[in-house]
Parts: sequence; C-alpha cells; structure tokens
Amino acid sequence: MLNRVQALGVWCLRQCGSVGRATLFLFNALSWGKGFRAPFKRFIAQVFALGVLSLPIVLVAGLFVGMVLALQGYHILVGYGSQEAIGQMVALSLLREFGPVVTALLFVGRAGSALTAEIALMKTTEQLSAMSIMGVDPLQRVMAPRLWAGVITLPLLALMFSVMGIYGGALVAVDVLDIYEGSYWANMQSSVSFYEDIMKGVMKTVVFALVVTWIAIFHGWDATPTSQGMSRATTATVVQGSLAVLALDFILTAVMVGGF
Amino acid sequence: MAEESISNFVEFKNVSFYRDDRMIFDNLSLQIPKGKITAILGPSGTGKTTLLRLISGQLKPTSGDVFLDGVCINALSRNELFELRKRMSLLFQTGALFTDMSVFENVAFPLREHTKLPERMIRDLVLLKLESVGLRGVAQQMPSQLSGGMARRVALARSMVLDPELIMYDEPFTGQDPISMGVLLKLITAFNTDLAITSMLVSHDVNEAMSIAQQVFILAAGHVIGQGSPEQVRNHPDLRVRQFLFGEPDGPVAFHAPAIPFTEEILSHVE
Repeated sequence: MLNRVQALGVWCLRQCGSVGRATLFLFNALSWGKGFRAPFKRFIAQVFALGVLSLPIVLVAGLFVGMVLALQGYHILVGYGSQEAIGQMVALSLLREFGPVVTALLFVGRAGSALTAEIALMKTTEQLSAMSIMGVDPLQRVMAPRLWAGVITLPLLALMFSVMGIYGGALVAVDVLDIYEGSYWANMQSSVSFYEDIMKGVMKTVVFALVVTWIAIFHGWDATPTSQGMSRATTATVVQGSLAVLALDFILTAVMVGGF
Repeated sequence: MAEESISNFVEFKNVSFYRDDRMIFDNLSLQIPKGKITAILGPSGTGKTTLLRLISGQLKPTSGDVFLDGVCINALSRNELFELRKRMSLLFQTGALFTDMSVFENVAFPLREHTKLPERMIRDLVLLKLESVGLRGVAQQMPSQLSGGMARRVALARSMVLDPELIMYDEPFTGQDPISMGVLLKLITAFNTDLAITSMLVSHDVNEAMSIAQQVFILAAGHVIGQGSPEQVRNHPDLRVRQFLFGEPDGPVAFHAPAIPFTEEILSHVE
C-alpha cells in the first residue's frame, strides 16, 4: 500500500516536472532571436513545411466534410421542410466547429508528428547539442521558427478548410440535391456574422495552434535519444495533441458562447 | 612533470556528479594545461563524455566547480554560457553535422551565426578550413554522401572555423579505419601546434591517444587513478592502470559483473 502511495507521488512529481520544463521551454522558444532577415527566412521555410505541405490533406478533407455535412443536413432539414437553410447550416458548422477542430486534428497528425520526429532525430544525432556547443541556442534557432510557423499557419489552414467545405456543400446541395443556388448562398450570407462566427473560430484555432505546436516540439526536445524514445515521443504528440484540441475546443466554446 | 608552473586552461575543483543517485564523479580534481594535448583515458562508462559536457556547461556538477580560463562555468547564466561557448568547441563522436545543410554550409554555420563577415570572406575561410582537413573537394556534397571518416573531418573543420581556444575531442578514433585514424592523429597534432589550441582528447583507444598526448589522465569509477606524461603513465605501479593500458581481461576490474555466486544461482530452483 505504502509503495503504491509512493509510486503515485513519484508519478505526480514527474508530471509536475514535465509541465515545468515544458513551460520554461515555451518561454525560451518564443524568443525570435536577434536580427530580422535570417530568422524570417527560417520562419518562411517552416511555413512552407508545416503549412503549404499540409494543404493537400486539409483541402481534400475540407471538401469531403462539407459534402457530408450537406448530405446529412439535407435529410434532417427536409423533414421540417426547411432544406433551403442548408447553406447556413453547412457554413456555421464549418466555421464554428469543424474547420478549427478537424484542421487542428489533421495538423497534429500530419505536421505535429513530423515536427516531433524531426526534432527528436536532431537530438539523437547530437545536432542540437552541437548547435548549443557552438554558442547557438537551439531553442531560438530550431524551435522558435517552428512554433511561430505553427501559430500562423494553422488558422489559415482552418479557414481554407472551411472554404473548401462550403464549396463541397454547394456541390452536393445545389448540384445533386437540387437546392436553389440563390438560397444556399443568400441564407449563408445573411446568417454568418464576421465576428461571432468567423473570428471566434479563428481565435480558437490560434489557441489550438499554439498548444499543438508546443506539444509537438516539446516532445521532440524531451525525447529519450533512442529509437523507442522517438516512437514514444511521436505517439505522445498525436495522442496529447488530439486530446488537447478536443478538450480546449469545449472549454473555449463554453467561454465564448456562454450558457453556463 | 617538468612544467608544473604552466597555467591551466580548464580546472575541475572537487567536482562530484550524480545521475539519478548513480555516482559518476566523486570529488574529482584535475587540471588541463594550456596549449597542450591532454588525453583523458578510461574504460567505457566512466563518464568521459560527461566530463566534456561539464566543461561545455550542458551539465552542471552536483557539487564542486568547473573553471575555464578562470571563469566558473557552473555559475554562469544561460546567455553568459552561450557567450563563453564561442571560445570552445567540441568534436562529437558522430560528427553531428547538420543533415539539412551542405558540407560548405555546415562549416560556414558558426561564422554566419557569430560574425558579420561578408559572404566572400566566409567563403574564403570555409575553403581554407576545408583545405586544411583535405576536403575542399566535397564542399558541395551533403553530409549523407560522406564516409564516417570524412564526416568527422568536416566536423573538425567546422569546430575550428572560429579559431577556438579549447577543443574537445569526444572519442575521435572510434570506428575509424587505419588511414583516417592516421589523418586524424596528424590533424589533431597539427591544429594543436600550429594554432596553439588547448586540446582535450577523451578516448579509450589507448595507443593512439598516448602517441600524441603530452599529458594523460586515467579515470575509473569516478576518480583519477593515474596521471602524468605518457611514459610516466605506462610505468604506473597501480594495477588498475596497468590492466586498462595493456588490456588484460581480468584484474582489479573483474571480468564478471557483480552477481550472486554462480553455483547458488544455478541451483536456486533445486529444493
């Protein structure tokens, strides 16, 4: 019994230590470093790696999610005879929930795991040590551009996801289910508010982006430098990243929409 | 030692270091003289690499102090430490070249980070250093295209490019063929004499290290068990030193890992 209590204590202390290290890590990794041009170039390279290379999966996923939303929504709405509201339904669900959440989940799987693996391998092959021995802070040099690139690209990706989804919805609703095109777009236009729907969604994604990229680069940085350690680190990124997105989504929605 | 009076560049004062309750160093004191090649020898797992990491400030001693040219390393702030590191460099066992940059860019990296030299001068300096390790011809290749020995030489050029005052070699001879071994020995000596750098060499390749070192420390179980010039160490009376230097399979360092008696374990399932 005493052993179990002891083990619990050890586990708690280890978790606390991990959170502490991760927080210190975050503050150091936020610093941009001196100069502007060289760090900016590194930042752009990461925007390409994290953002542009994630575009295909995000756009295709957005298209399909929009199409499914229109299809499912149609069959519900048609029971109330209000299938003309389909455009509004598709747009609101995408901008408020599906865009931010699904894109963040895709980003965890596509870019987060890649970040963790890349950094963990740099650690395993002592590239990070070599850098810090040369008097170059790897947190500024390697982590900061990745963190900022993540924070900037994920909200943009989420918006593109929603746009694709709205077009996907139109494809199904207008072209297949014969909803009048005018009512699809007009209903959407009259009901979507820029601040309430779009900006609140964007705010959510900024938070998701920060947390998810932070989790990814921290697990790479904190990985045990063995092959097993690397696989554990990538798994931890995907699991913790996905759960963090879903939990934060609920919390942020509750705070922004209210109702408690 | 005749030159007892020469100044020390690196100094360990009563350093103890523990990793998760496991003792790595216990009250270790040693001095690395300026401008010489010092070899730190010892069996695998005696914390030789840890020693280098204490000097570079990547690890902090549990107690005691490490000094570099009179500056106490473990008392520095993060920024001061990064500043101090510009004066030293470490050659990693694996070379640790940046895999996403060409050989040229790898060697240029410290220059680009720490100097504001014009591009043409960076180019000249990089080619100069690559020429000195004989690898100017591979400047445009990627690290993955190099052999292990070449990668280590590129890493050597990279660690030399800022003209450090102290260079630390972590197991430089491990896994090298005889030719690249010879090249490395020649380069280490040449850099030491030509540039008056303090060189520290951590190794378990006794013969190679002793052939170029002017001062030798032998570590075992967290202590210095023997020190002096290579000749002094070769004639050291301590049995542990002799066992290590001449590679005897059994001696004070037992062949068997500690265990309960063999007969007891074999018969443990017999009632």
